Amino acid sequence: MLHTVNKSSFERNSLQSCLNTIDDTSVILLIEDGVISAAKNANSSMLADLATQGRVYALQGDVDARGISSKVADNIKLVDYAGFVDLVVEHGTAVSWV
Amino acid sequence: MAIKKFMYLNRKASYGTAYAIESLEVVLIAAAFDQDVSLAFIDDGVYQIVEGQNTDGIGMKNFSKTFHALGDYDINKLYVSAESLEERGLTADDLMPLVYEDEDDDWEEKPSVKIVSNAELTKIMSEQDVCLSF
Repeated sequence: MLHTVNKSSFERNSLQSCLNTIDDTSVILLIEDGVISAAKNANSSMLADLATQGRVYALQGDVDARGISSKVADNIKLVDYAGFVDLVVEHGTAVSWV
Repeated sequence: MAIKKFMYLNRKASYGTAYAIESLEVVLIAAAFDQDVSLAFIDDGVYQIVEGQNTDGIGMKNFSKTFHALGDYDINKLYVSAESLEERGLTADDLMPLVYEDEDDDWEEKPSVKIVSNAELTKIMSEQDVCLSF
């Protein structure tokens, strides 16, 4: 499954709810304000393990818009909109944690 | 018209919701009425004035440049929460170098942004007539 998260982990618990229910093969794509969780910050530990497993993606355009491209945490993969489509195709059912 | 002290509390990042741009609109309106305006950037609001925003990839207007115009509207009190910055792995160096020209000091260019603790912010807020949260 593909899980998209579009809220900042500092403001909502969407990312935490996603992490609470995600299975071992699913991946997470951070979009819109969700990309704030892709930056190195006090909440980075939330995604560190999944990122090490190569299961965390962030949408490049949203990262760039927020001026945090130089702060993206290790092992988080950046994708463009075409990459977003590839993830949808590859992982089947998508869940939007809005 | 009586001048009141208005503080705008900016709590959200710029492009995920309309709060940030709406706040900026209202700030400029208050300035047009010659009110005493100050801005606070707390929580994810600190992302609004991060340097180097590029919105080409999301098809939205990069309104961060508008913050550079605030000095010309005599808005030169921009307070940023030190705690909010630190929590997000940001420092003063990551913020846009916003300045104003001080008419009382031979129009010398001075920084508008001041990093303050939440305790200092509490005090500044208590001195306002109106606080609006976005």
